[in-house]
Amino acid sequence: MQPIVIENVHKSFGDVKALHNISFAVEEGELFGLIGPDGAGKSTLFRILATLLLADKGNAFVNGLHVVKDYKAIRRQVGYMPGRFSLYQDLTIEENLNFFATIFKTSVEENYDLIKDIYDQIAPFKNRPAGKLSGGMKQKLALCCALVHKPAVLFLDEPTTGVDPVSRKEFWEMLQRLRQKGIPILVSTPYMDEAMLCDRVALIQKGEIMQINTPGNIVKSYGKKIWAMRADNMFRLIQDLRAFEGTDSCFAFGEYLHVTLHVPVAAAEAYLAPLQHGNLVIKPAQPGIEDAFMQLMQEQNETV
Amino acid sequence: MSKAIVTRNLTKRFGDFIATNAITFEVEQGEIFGFLGANGAGKTTAMRMLCGLLKPSSGEATVAGFNIFTQAEQVKRRIGYMSQKFSLYEDLTVKENIRFYGGIYGLSHQQIKSKTEELLGKLQLQKEADHLVSSLPLGWKQKLSFSIAVLHNPSIVFLDEPTGGVDPITRRQFWDLIYEAADGGVTIFVTTHYMDEAEYCNRISIMVDGRIKALDTPARLKEQYRADSMNEVFLQLARAKPAENNSSS
Repeated sequence: MQPIVIENVHKSFGDVKALHNISFAVEEGELFGLIGPDGAGKSTLFRILATLLLADKGNAFVNGLHVVKDYKAIRRQVGYMPGRFSLYQDLTIEENLNFFATIFKTSVEENYDLIKDIYDQIAPFKNRPAGKLSGGMKQKLALCCALVHKPAVLFLDEPTTGVDPVSRKEFWEMLQRLRQKGIPILVSTPYMDEAMLCDRVALIQKGEIMQINTPGNIVKSYGKKIWAMRADNMFRLIQDLRAFEGTDSCFAFGEYLHVTLHVPVAAAEAYLAPLQHGNLVIKPAQPGIEDAFMQLMQEQNETV
Repeated sequence: MSKAIVTRNLTKRFGDFIATNAITFEVEQGEIFGFLGANGAGKTTAMRMLCGLLKPSSGEATVAGFNIFTQAEQVKRRIGYMSQKFSLYEDLTVKENIRFYGGIYGLSHQQIKSKTEELLGKLQLQKEADHLVSSLPLGWKQKLSFSIAVLHNPSIVFLDEPTGGVDPITRRQFWDLIYEAADGGVTIFVTTHYMDEAEYCNRISIMVDGRIKALDTPARLKEQYRADSMNEVFLQLARAKPAENNSSS
């Protein structure tokens, strides 16, 4: 049985289409990523799946249960970590965990093997109020609380937003271990690099899914040749390249610019040569998930 | 004066806890300076001191040529500030926000009028001028709030995680604005969790447990730590900390 099934879900808030005809299914034991910026509709979808919000149209099933008809049963079976930190700030780590275990009529000891890994990292601070923890620690505690009743499905809404790269990396290592334990996970993130750590991803923007595939296939399906370019004055290089008629797109990508052209690269080199850029480097580059996302975004904007 | 920021052993203690521990660095006028660190490393505390919002415990610092101990009010007038969390009034329109901040920074009626036109044109927000800020997509809000942070031509602008959660195209358009401002001579002091953005900075510092552990150009830092990316440099430096001894983020 597919643990999460979403069929033609629509949701609007006034004039704003938060979700437009969303359909996909998450397979057993899959780590499925919902990748998109703020306002894409990710949290709305989570709230519908967590039975906290009604869709205008369409159906959704969690563990074979319908999100409206069987909402009570779903709530007992899912672990949900909302985007906003929603634990009790004035309770300690230990108190929060016990509280959530009690709510779900279980105890921390009963499913301790599931959270041990994560809890060990925050246990030295178990008497500290949750409100006094750093971002990464808060997220680890929230994950423990979402897991304490051994949920059949895990919903994680932007667990790494605003979290530093070290804590982000640790958090994803934990998700990989949970996946090995067979818990299906639906996780959302605005960080494109995290898409590479999922089995499959849906790229979502403005309430619509642009593509669903494995991250590897999404990158492969990126059709254009990318050129990495850099020079001493990056701002001037960006301006010059955008003024060049052979340029399709020119975006900053870390140390280099990623440039796509509809003319041979020799033409771009010839155009740049008299502009006297210091230490100009032009070389072929591999596209990443972010290149693919940006291309899909532009296509979506053109068809609207 | 060519130094936008100068600090010497700048320190802030909260009780027994040292949030910012004797940091010493300089930022050149017109430089894009990336101020990186893990959650709770002391970045926000340092930034609040430099903005004249928090009194340091010890050390020295000047911002835009003014002493942050004794001339905090002058500092505030010469800087711009934007953060991801708070910057614009959601229940005011785009135009009203511009007028409000223009007034706060003491621009004349005429200046506010011409700045408003200029800014709306540049951001192509003419149609949305009378819409509430709450109705704008996040990316537009962030671009607007940056433009408002530099409305009064400050010599330095402080950006606290300005691009969190923004889509990848808008994130880059935001950096276009930063580049443009820096090209016009504005000093940019920016924090971010996106390590690709660290590469856009002229120089970066990485704070770990209240201290500056590294400070150089991205290229030299990568060389020094034998890393392919700033992400690796960051992980090497920040992961070396064993204990959680901080509460802020």
